[in-house]
Amino acid sequence: MSTTIIWTIAIISVLGMLLACVLWLIAEKFKVVEDPRIDEVEKVMPGANCGGCGFAGCRAFAEAAVKAPDLDNNYCPVGGSDVMAKVASILGYEVKAKAPQVAVVRCNGSCSNRPSVNVYDGVKSCKVKASLYSGDTGCAFGCLGCGDCVAACRFGALSMDPATGLPVVDEEKCTACGSCVKVCPKHLIELRNKGPRGMRMYVSCMNQDKGPAAKKACAAACIGCGICAKTCTHDAIVIENNVAYIDFTKCKLCRECEAMCPTGAIHAVNFPKPLDKEAVKARIAERNRKAREAAAAAAAQAAAPETAKENKEETK
Amino acid sequence: MSKRTFSIGGIHPHDSKISRECAIETLPVPPVVYVSVSQHIGAPAKPVVAVGDKVKAGQVVAEPGGFVSAFIHSPVSGTVKSVGPRKDLSGNNQNTIEIAVEGDEWVEGVDLSPEIVTGFPDDNSVIMDKIRQGGIVGLGGATFPTQVKLAPPPGKKCEMLIINGCECEPYLTCNYRYMLERAEQVVIGTAIIKQVLGVGKATIAIEDNKPEDIAHMEKVVAGLAASSAKYAGISVMAMQTKYPEGGEKQLIDAVMHRQVRSGGLPIDVGAVVQNVATAFAVYEAVQKNKPLVSNTMTVTGDCLPVQHNYEVRIGTPISYIIEKAGGLPEAAAKVISGGPMMGKAVSNLDAATVKGTSGILILTEEQTRRAPETHCIRCGKCSDACPMGLEPFLLFRLTKADMVPELEDNAAQDCIECGCCLYSCPAHLPLLDIIRTGKQQVMGVIRARAAAAKAAAEAAKASQVAK
Repeated sequence: MSTTIIWTIAIISVLGMLLACVLWLIAEKFKVVEDPRIDEVEKVMPGANCGGCGFAGCRAFAEAAVKAPDLDNNYCPVGGSDVMAKVASILGYEVKAKAPQVAVVRCNGSCSNRPSVNVYDGVKSCKVKASLYSGDTGCAFGCLGCGDCVAACRFGALSMDPATGLPVVDEEKCTACGSCVKVCPKHLIELRNKGPRGMRMYVSCMNQDKGPAAKKACAAACIGCGICAKTCTHDAIVIENNVAYIDFTKCKLCRECEAMCPTGAIHAVNFPKPLDKEAVKARIAERNRKAREAAAAAAAQAAAPETAKENKEETK
Repeated sequence: MSKRTFSIGGIHPHDSKISRECAIETLPVPPVVYVSVSQHIGAPAKPVVAVGDKVKAGQVVAEPGGFVSAFIHSPVSGTVKSVGPRKDLSGNNQNTIEIAVEGDEWVEGVDLSPEIVTGFPDDNSVIMDKIRQGGIVGLGGATFPTQVKLAPPPGKKCEMLIINGCECEPYLTCNYRYMLERAEQVVIGTAIIKQVLGVGKATIAIEDNKPEDIAHMEKVVAGLAASSAKYAGISVMAMQTKYPEGGEKQLIDAVMHRQVRSGGLPIDVGAVVQNVATAFAVYEAVQKNKPLVSNTMTVTGDCLPVQHNYEVRIGTPISYIIEKAGGLPEAAAKVISGGPMMGKAVSNLDAATVKGTSGILILTEEQTRRAPETHCIRCGKCSDACPMGLEPFLLFRLTKADMVPELEDNAAQDCIECGCCLYSCPAHLPLLDIIRTGKQQVMGVIRARAAAAKAAAEAAKASQVAK
């Protein structure tokens, strides 16, 4: 009896050892060499797997970052500079500081500004609605209001405002991953620099119709009049396809364009004081008057020698 | 003997052809017309008139913007008021020529007399030129330029011409009226297209819910065949009534028992399909020198006291047509351009008709109400109904999950948007609405791939030349 038990234990032990050797040999033969830094990088990532960096998830980002020669094209918008500094220290790269960004909805077509002209009773999805027609208001460029962006946000930073029917971005929660930017069929959402103390300016309209048509469709539409571009002293505003666009890298937050905009399409957020429109307008008028006077004086000066010359010729 | 029909799928909606007894009336010319330059599939036409120009009816106002494109003619005589963006039926901006109507003067050479001209030229190039110059496009709904369809690519041979008189969409009756009132013209048009294609056989396919049409067309075809050898080989075929019999691929399957492969063209199986309205337009362009400046549409709806089949100048505002038809009734909830199955709701009534507009349908609140969505119970009714042999429940889920490669593997691009799946779903799921977005995504991917392949081929060619 006891010999049977001993034999069994012995055979099984020997067999186990043999098989372990075989497994070890196979594991050695087919070993996958993986850069250990990939795991390290993945550990410091936020782990949201949101795809905001352009890769399938945090692991894919880590693999790409380890392979890349520098970090210029790989940036985690969710983790921001903190995470990128950690990634850079693991990989021994230099990281370029990137200004924190936030999603901005460029439509101000609230129910009062942009009344409905027909009723949409189809599937509650912006994608489906956009595939069918231009929308239930007169504006073919504005927010469709079905909340695809809200559904796409993994950080709970977007919500629909029932009063306006437009999505609202929660700045604290927004990580600028860009999921909402990709999903909006009207391309209304843009990632813009957060700005100093959160202060920033943007044109809250994408309507490419000509002035009268845009105004008819929405009371708060950008009519492409170009006053803002003329007013701007920093060359930050361009008018393209009848819509103004403020380049956030050039904007100095002087709020002059906001004061001059006839429809209120230019929005300024997080400024401590409300805008004193009249004061700014007076300031601009004063500056323009001075510029005109200077131009007139310069013209007179340029004309003066000529008149003298003419006089000379006449005397001859 | 049971009548022919396509082999898979299909549904039997009530045909509701309440306007079938209404003869085609000519709608008075509106005070202003809005002629879009994108009335066909392919590149938009390029306007050749400027603001202030005087135009006559039938004058070219826009020239083709590419190979797959069409001429556009002024449907009225008058003055060009503006050329610029205007909202179309779906509310999107299209480049549109606005013409204020003054009188009704036609360009020279257009034969407006009602006499039927039976003799047509033997020279196909003359005919093709007239079809091209006439701005003829397929009037069955797709508005594909006809001259492109009638010139099969080299190596492909057409074996049969099918003239589509099925009109399987419920409510619409303009093709039905064409075949009763304009049968001779349709048959002559058929003979012209047959000659251009060089085929011996042409079949006019008519669903058996239109027995008057079948009898009348048979009589006319026999009469013309006796008069000239040019009309030999045309036959009338009665089809079993089933939606979507009038779909191009379904009709080829029904008539010829041949299936067009995924991504293929009808010409791959030796078929060319043209609508009866297109055959009529070809007759007018070739025999009467009259370009495509008007089309026929059914103005109907259960809530309308009187139904109409109108001949309307292209570019007439929808609101004008409805006003002439007796105004919008109190019970109207939705105005649809086209039929109830494939038509699209009109978002603004100021939009103007285009070449492809085949009907204006007015539905009541009760008819348009959607039943509440429940859950898919995997009953497979949508798969049974799909005439393309697709699995709508699967495409629905794949689209929702954003799985574009899988959508392409499951042939979402083959969807003809007929709406059979949505019609048959007991859970009232918005199958078509969702699948359409998936199809659009797949089409985008396919187009991008084709463009990339083309660019790569060109780059390779350029590098070879450089060597």
